[in-house]
Amino acid sequence: MIYWSIFLAFFIPGILGYGGGPASIPLVEKEVVDRYGWMTTQEFGEVLALGNALPGPIATKMAGYIGYMEGGILGSIVALFASVAPSLILMVLLMVTLLKYKDSPKVKNITKLVRPVIAVLLGAMTLQFFMTSVDTSGTVQTVILIIVSYWLLEIRKIHPAFVILLALAYGAISGIV
Amino acid sequence: MVSARKAEKKRRGHSRLKTNKDLFLAFFRVGLLGFGGGPAAIPLFHREAVTNYKWMTEDEFGDTLALGNTMPGPIATKMAGYIGYRVNGMVGCLIALAASVIPTVVMMIVLLGVLQKYKDLEWVNSMSAAVVPVVGVMLAVMTWDFFQKSGKSLGIGRAILFTAIAIVLLELLNIHPAIVILGVLILSLTTFKKGVGSK
Repeated sequence: MIYWSIFLAFFIPGILGYGGGPASIPLVEKEVVDRYGWMTTQEFGEVLALGNALPGPIATKMAGYIGYMEGGILGSIVALFASVAPSLILMVLLMVTLLKYKDSPKVKNITKLVRPVIAVLLGAMTLQFFMTSVDTSGTVQTVILIIVSYWLLEIRKIHPAFVILLALAYGAISGIV
Repeated sequence: MVSARKAEKKRRGHSRLKTNKDLFLAFFRVGLLGFGGGPAAIPLFHREAVTNYKWMTEDEFGDTLALGNTMPGPIATKMAGYIGYRVNGMVGCLIALAASVIPTVVMMIVLLGVLQKYKDLEWVNSMSAAVVPVVGVMLAVMTWDFFQKSGKSLGIGRAILFTAIAIVLLELLNIHPAIVILGVLILSLTTFKKGVGSK
């Protein structure tokens, strides 16, 4: 039954993919291309490229689209459910437990001790984004965009939505790729 | 304080609808503006949940993000689903999820049909490429915030020490973040009897 296959194809990357959606993409490819043969590697690459060009979480865009191609709207829903529900339920249960004991000093310690780790993770992501940008758009464009967006976001305090829209417009007009 | 709580209670009845609308709008915005997959949207989640709607404090956001990172699966939907759940139970959870996922999936299905005919996606790619450094700046600002907060609660010396340890573990030894965060969880639940540093 196709819906069961769709469920499995997205359930497995969902529970094995640590590090957010982008980390689970190779796992999705393994299921969709190697195991079920719904697409060729080439097709998968094209869908991924377009998915990356569009906004929003990548894992659910891939799941929703591939589910739709294989099983229509119901297939799309099944794929989304499989990739989202298991990890979300786990998350809600754990956070609820943690919040129950939030006044205990031990749980308070978690908040304090985990902060440097989060700072490092975010710092690493920052570097990754800057390096990706240098690769695709070149150093000059990257530096210009960094300076201008820092000025707009932090000094002029303009809402991120407008800054992102400005960047989109700049990209479309200048054709930096 | 008491009158604030009373006002809150009075408001609660007809504010449910508004809460749901806020949840939808917040995660809809995050979904539509987050270029580069879920992790790129983390500063946007922070903006909506902490700065804009004050659904959680800075600390709670950090804890949620940390725990989200120890668990598998897409981070954006874990964050959206959990924040939605915190704000308005199961209904909030479903609204937040739908808002962050459905618009972009629909866009993907519709656009792929159209765009695959014109394989030349150069300008679309240029648009997304220009957003990448902007997200980088937002992440850099958040990084600095977390580090500063760390300095305040742990003392600057210990904050630098713990950050250095985290850099060695995560970046030099390439230990998976989930394992590092799990280690921190176990360490703080077992070893320290009292609070670390100042409140």
